[in-house]
Amino acid sequence: MSRDDKALPSPFQEWFDGRGWAPRGHQLDCLRAADAGRSFLLIAPTGGGKTLAGFLPSLIALNRRERPETGRLHTLYISPLKALAVDIARNVQTPVAEMGLDIAIETRTGDTPQSRRQRQRLNPPDILLTTPESLSLLLAAPDASDFFGGLNALILDELHALASNKRGHLLSLAIARLRKIAPNLALAGLSATVPDPKPLLNFLTPQNDPAASQAELVLGAPGAQPVVDVLVSKERIPWSGHSGRHSFLEVYEQIRKASLTLVFVNTRSQAEATFAALWDLNEDGLPIALHHGSLNVDQRRKVEAAMAKGVLRAVVCTSTLDLGIDWGDVDLVVQMGAPKGASRLTQRIGRANHRMNEPSRALLVPANRMEVLECIAAKQAIEEGALDGAPPRVGALDILAQHILGMACSGPFQADDLYEEIRSAAPYATLSRKDFDDALAFVSTGGYSLSRYERYRKLIVSPDGDYQVRDRRVAQQYRMNVGAIVEAPSLNIRLAGKTSKRAGYKLGEAEEWFFEGLAPGDAFYFGGEVLRLERIEGTDAVVTRTISDNPRLPVWGGAKFPWSTFLADKVRYMLYHPETWSAYPEQVQFWLNKQREVAKLPKPDELLVETFPYADRYFLVCYPFDGWLAHQTLGILLTRRLERLGAQPIGYVPTEYALSVWARRDMRDVDMSALFDEDMLGDDLESWLADALLMKRTFRNCAVIAGLIERKHPGQEKTGRQIAFSSDLIYDVLREHEPDHLLMRAAWDDAAGGFLDLARLQALLTRVAGKIAVSALKRVSPLAVPVMLEIGREIVARDASEAVLQSASEAIIEEAMGSA
Amino acid sequence: MTNPVIRICDEAFTPDPLGGLFWAREKTLIVSDLHFEKGSSFAERGVLLPPYDTKTTIDRVRALMRRYAPGRVISLGDAFHDGRAEDRLDANDLQALADLVKSVEWIWIEGNHDPAPPKRLAARSEKQLRIGEISFVHEPTANARGEIAGHLHPCASIVHERRRLRRRCFAVGAEQIVMPALGAYTGGLNILDLAFESLGAVFQPWVMGEKGVYPIARDKIRPDTLRRHGDRAAS
Repeated sequence: MSRDDKALPSPFQEWFDGRGWAPRGHQLDCLRAADAGRSFLLIAPTGGGKTLAGFLPSLIALNRRERPETGRLHTLYISPLKALAVDIARNVQTPVAEMGLDIAIETRTGDTPQSRRQRQRLNPPDILLTTPESLSLLLAAPDASDFFGGLNALILDELHALASNKRGHLLSLAIARLRKIAPNLALAGLSATVPDPKPLLNFLTPQNDPAASQAELVLGAPGAQPVVDVLVSKERIPWSGHSGRHSFLEVYEQIRKASLTLVFVNTRSQAEATFAALWDLNEDGLPIALHHGSLNVDQRRKVEAAMAKGVLRAVVCTSTLDLGIDWGDVDLVVQMGAPKGASRLTQRIGRANHRMNEPSRALLVPANRMEVLECIAAKQAIEEGALDGAPPRVGALDILAQHILGMACSGPFQADDLYEEIRSAAPYATLSRKDFDDALAFVSTGGYSLSRYERYRKLIVSPDGDYQVRDRRVAQQYRMNVGAIVEAPSLNIRLAGKTSKRAGYKLGEAEEWFFEGLAPGDAFYFGGEVLRLERIEGTDAVVTRTISDNPRLPVWGGAKFPWSTFLADKVRYMLYHPETWSAYPEQVQFWLNKQREVAKLPKPDELLVETFPYADRYFLVCYPFDGWLAHQTLGILLTRRLERLGAQPIGYVPTEYALSVWARRDMRDVDMSALFDEDMLGDDLESWLADALLMKRTFRNCAVIAGLIERKHPGQEKTGRQIAFSSDLIYDVLREHEPDHLLMRAAWDDAAGGFLDLARLQALLTRVAGKIAVSALKRVSPLAVPVMLEIGREIVARDASEAVLQSASEAIIEEAMGSA
Repeated sequence: MTNPVIRICDEAFTPDPLGGLFWAREKTLIVSDLHFEKGSSFAERGVLLPPYDTKTTIDRVRALMRRYAPGRVISLGDAFHDGRAEDRLDANDLQALADLVKSVEWIWIEGNHDPAPPKRLAARSEKQLRIGEISFVHEPTANARGEIAGHLHPCASIVHERRRLRRRCFAVGAEQIVMPALGAYTGGLNILDLAFESLGAVFQPWVMGEKGVYPIARDKIRPDTLRRHGDRAAS
């Protein structure tokens, strides 16, 4: 595009000139789209002036207008993180102050004091920065149409992180309502690089409306090509495990050479372990800090501030630093362990060196031999600029129910109108009328086929068909429950008070199951310190600082996210093509050559199944390369089938790459095509899910989001006023009497897209149907070694509660008999 | 598996995984804390739980009666969740329950939730009952000898093989049994709670599985890490 000298109106051009800057091409493109009243999606790498591009159209428009006497909200900004909204407000206020613009900018989050929220209602600022949850709350208020009536612009930051999950669903529904209140609203989506912008463009464009024009795509200039290396350790590369322990010294050397390093790890446990190990090596006393989701917010903010000030040399972090503003001049990103996906890795690498013209530097550190293959595949993907991504999920039904109740709180609606409005949101574009009606019935009366709750209706219907909340209590219930995130029950980690018996300073918090493996007196790592658990009091875990030679590294359950199909395809290909092996370290080449000699290499389009005896057991190992979650589901289903075939399976363990099942009987003669038949996704899956703990947890989340059971709020435990109700009991009753209920469907959708990874398992079974290569061996194959070493190390989520009870009971009987 | 029997005062009782206790010598089935219409009592307060809890509970009692063919059934109190619960019974549930009550010598023990006997399901109603050495009462008494009670909804949290399970259980003392709650929507109180300790006995959990009832050593059970409000039936 041509750039004349006066690209921007006064005083904006002068402000840019004063800094020796020129507006970037994409910033002007955004401005042009906004001037034409069009929505746009800006995709640019971090450091590309994205935020300013999003706000510039509003700042210019606001500077042009006559200032009204009372405030009228002009621009709304939504961020996925509360803290980010606050930071961005500060960043936007700086140029506004420097240009002397008369524009009021405020934030509104869960932390905003009641008095200010009240005042914002009566006299809104020009620009409000908030979160999806706060937006939903504002929209559920009876004065929502007044409040948002003058809205011109809606800026959605980090849209790639929001659009495809439940918070994104909630946000999409809020946008549908905003459009109805303010028909001329233009949206600005800001996103990191994504493989396919189409779903995000749809998110910004009203669906099912032939008159609507598609949001415009604006692309920022790509940054310099990053320089990515895979650490080829001089040490022996382990066969299995995820710690990366063998390479800590080499990583430490890299940290010494760089000025600020971000060390990304995949789990909080790894963060604690890596942090402790680096400090063991830290003879130079380099300022190395720790940042993860369980640490106290104050602690995390301190680390961020220290990064910004440039006083740190390295930060060991989890995905908590994936998003957000830039906190300093990072010049090296280290990824410990496999990166899992090219897009995620790109995002993390983007954290290094935010000067656009200089390349980011990244070092991938494989923790074991299999991860070497994955890291090299990821390096190649980055060099090709290739990205992976999951297709967007269809709008969740529990979120839909929550939104319907919110809309009923704001005022009466006709079912037909609300249905049309909701279908304008991209995630709900294909919502069937039946699903909508079921959700409406659920909100009104519970939606049970046995209708017994007419007199307890939450929504009343007027003779004209207007739906409305029955009373203020129902509206209150909604306000307490809004949001798409359900926190796992968690305990505060507090230092024991010195003088009084009362617990003192809060170090952080951790989910309830974190403490299940700990007994009072146990020492464990937390926040880089060694703590001793003293006692548990209500919702506090009271600890003291201690010194211990052998502190435990508690395992956080947490969600394991599987590696991408994209990287899997690359690894499958490379594995079968020895001419590509020169990219691997010698140890790895030797290992693969050995496999070629004594067993088979898996072909990319086949499923290799090996059987062999080992230590009085018979093993079946297969190599789908389809990720931990899909393999876990496959393991559950295979063991059920093998049980029926009389193979007497004992256990299984999944890894990202392979699945190992062991049994009392030899499985070499099993009909493998029948064993791996797709029909396992029918009855076998159904009957297993009946008692699956994860399924019950998933159901609970849906029941909370949909508003059937109340959310727990911090502090409420102590008052004891709320009615808690075990969702397991509801699950059992619904499964028996109404398995097709809306909530059961919502839970099923979550499970299929979440912990079961059914789409991937389905694709796996389809891919390998008729293409199973069986290899009956006399002993363990080289390729099987990594998964064999995981046995006993991984905690396999078994759901045979009965077996656990039986064995717990037997243990006491044996004990009693032994001592007799 | 065949269920082991619980012995107190030289009498043998068979605990059933559905939550009932059968006294073979007296052909007596004991059930406790049925909490009929707990679901609809929540609905009155705007929590629209699935309205199938009463039916589920009746089905359980019926299954127990089929399994043991008792001549006598003792309901150990809190059969109805509140004073108006009987009036909220669905017609089908009322009929089904009436059929069961009529088919045997049925005895309602009064509980704190239902101090008055049901009007439409007339049967013998007692505050307390004694058969031989054994007394039947809703709320367990301290230092009791030969007592079967309910009220506390015992459950146990077991840690074994790196798994944690929380299940309803029979709390078995030397000469006292506290019955699990049988109602579909009844929660549980951890057997390590003070309420049990204050009874002056050491209780061992006999934990309800799907297929059997399993005695579990006390060193395998844990207190709840988080206080669970409302799990204990609002008592």
